[in-house]
Amino acid sequence: MEFFITFIQVLDSTIRLATPLLLACLAGLYSERAGIFDIGLEGKMLMAAFFSAAVAAVTGSVWLGLLAGIASSLVLSGLHGLASITFRGNQLISGVAINFLAAGMTVLVAQSWFEQGGRTPSLFGGGRFTPINFPFAESLSGVPIIGPIYSELLSGHSILVYVAFLMVPATWWILYRTRFGLRLRAVGENPAAVDTAGVSVVGLRYAAVAICGVLCGIAGAYLATALQAGFVKDMTAGRGFIALAALIFAKWRPWHAMGACLLFGLLQAIALRFQNIDLGGVVIPVQAMDALPYVLTVVILAGFVGKAVPPRAGGEPYVKER
Amino acid sequence: MVKNLLTTVVANVLNSRHHNSYARSQWVNGAIFAPTDNNKREYKMTLMKSLMGATTAVALTAGAALADPALIFDLGGKFDKSFNEAAHNGASRWAEETGGSYNEIEIQSEAQREQALRRFAESGSNPIITMGFGMADPLSAVAADYPDTKFVAVDVTWLDIPNIRQIGFAEHEGSYLVGMMAAMASESGTVGFIGGMDIPLIRHFGCGYAQGAKAVNPDINIVANMTGTTPAAWNDPVKGSELTKAQISQGADVIYAAAGGTGVGVLQTAADEGILSIGVDSNQNHLHPGKVLTSMLKRVDVAVYDAMSAGEDLETGVFQMGLAEEGVGVAMDDNNAPLVSDEMKGAVDKARQDIIDGNVSVVSYYENDSCPALQF
Repeated sequence: MEFFITFIQVLDSTIRLATPLLLACLAGLYSERAGIFDIGLEGKMLMAAFFSAAVAAVTGSVWLGLLAGIASSLVLSGLHGLASITFRGNQLISGVAINFLAAGMTVLVAQSWFEQGGRTPSLFGGGRFTPINFPFAESLSGVPIIGPIYSELLSGHSILVYVAFLMVPATWWILYRTRFGLRLRAVGENPAAVDTAGVSVVGLRYAAVAICGVLCGIAGAYLATALQAGFVKDMTAGRGFIALAALIFAKWRPWHAMGACLLFGLLQAIALRFQNIDLGGVVIPVQAMDALPYVLTVVILAGFVGKAVPPRAGGEPYVKER
Repeated sequence: MVKNLLTTVVANVLNSRHHNSYARSQWVNGAIFAPTDNNKREYKMTLMKSLMGATTAVALTAGAALADPALIFDLGGKFDKSFNEAAHNGASRWAEETGGSYNEIEIQSEAQREQALRRFAESGSNPIITMGFGMADPLSAVAADYPDTKFVAVDVTWLDIPNIRQIGFAEHEGSYLVGMMAAMASESGTVGFIGGMDIPLIRHFGCGYAQGAKAVNPDINIVANMTGTTPAAWNDPVKGSELTKAQISQGADVIYAAAGGTGVGVLQTAADEGILSIGVDSNQNHLHPGKVLTSMLKRVDVAVYDAMSAGEDLETGVFQMGLAEEGVGVAMDDNNAPLVSDEMKGAVDKARQDIIDGNVSVVSYYENDSCPALQF
């Protein structure tokens, strides 16, 4: 029974850790499916984390904070779109620039507004997302097996967690069951065909980049206002890059993206819970667990477990006439 | 302001790629703030260059008058509410009291360490105060080239160079005292320790803490975790929160965070979940009044203040600051007064005296790279 409780706690931690990854991963999925590589996920999350925390701290309303976070992330998305769609610049370089820009801007603006050394003041009360407790979670927690699963694992997360997981079927539906989704995928594979059909390549790509911005904004706001109570410099700590790894691991598919993010979250949660794992004489150091997401991605990329083929037109700006 | 903003933004973008340009552009930046016509022209011509200057260009606008002291912060940044902030507090106190000015830089990457040192030494700053063990190698490369300049190394004690004042703190002694308090405050018989980056210094903290806890309650269970193995571990409050939750689920009801910015997440989660936490380096009791049991003070501010006050007449050599020198201690103030019982206070005072008198000895992790009370 004790083992079971630990197991539930690790899974609970997995969900919390996987949520920002999942949101960022789906964000990248929209963008890359439309042919715009985005390594600026990290920067957008960081920017959104800062602005959501800053606005929530000033206004005391976490919802205004969330909106501000999404807006700031959208601005960076617009910048990325401008550079890589309109001006046909290199998408990787634009992404790197966004990461640097966010790392510097957030700390600078934070210092200028709050003078707490690149932090925001601690959020409290309505400035934070509070956990949502499902009905009867309290009374059902005594029921064996199902009780803990319901009251510990499923109940008690902030609303953004549920939004993130609902985004998975929504993304699948949008991509594979709507006209917009078909065009979005087509524009990442063969933009010339889309253009010939009389659909705007530029418009579709901007739409994809904008969706990416919104999702990154939610991810950043989740970090700063739900998981934490304020912004700390560089608080995304590489999660945007792990999300990219998860995207490749999932081969650019929504359900697989959820699987990959949960797997990476689980690895992190296990590494946090058990520092060194003793498997009958063989000790797995915590560093190995931390490195595993990247190792798995390299294995996938190297083609050992099927082949990860990115969208064919990914990374290439679309030029009408050559 | 707009200009500064722009400079810094662009600088951050280019920062990691243009380390070399920043030494050059320092003078350029100095010229920006001088009002003569000549300089205005120069300013226009070299605007691009100055844009390439690192963030430091902004930080250094104080100007380099001869023999001002200089302060180099470690990667955690000036306002980490902890180690570096303590140094900043000491330096500001000195500047306020004496009316003097000092130069400072917050380095952004490993490569800037040596450059910042050389830059300050070239411009005649004296003494140059450096923060953190990471400055040991750059100092041994640079210090000998500037024999007339005096350097101060906080957290470095093993260099054999005549013009460095090396200051070590007996963190294990201070941690021992907070460990005792943790064990006395704990009702579950389990206390936690969360370190930042897994380095000997942080194990040194944890080791003292464990010994203190065991001195009060030999059967106490100590859960120890490190946040990571890279410098990112100093600034990952999300991971700090998860570690805190993991330790709470293992029964810990007092958690000591020696983790820089990550500790903010630890203290926050501990307060949210209704358990006690212990801060580190600076007094962090005020972050969550009534929820932070105490803070292990490392009086870096005193060390920096003393060094700046001594100026060029600074005494060099290796200095240890322990309980006797009031280099480390526990924070007691209004914020944690309701949490600290008289019994606790008495026990801590007695232990402090015993350690100073040599009746109790706290084993240092450095002695043989292992800890008698805790397995990492």
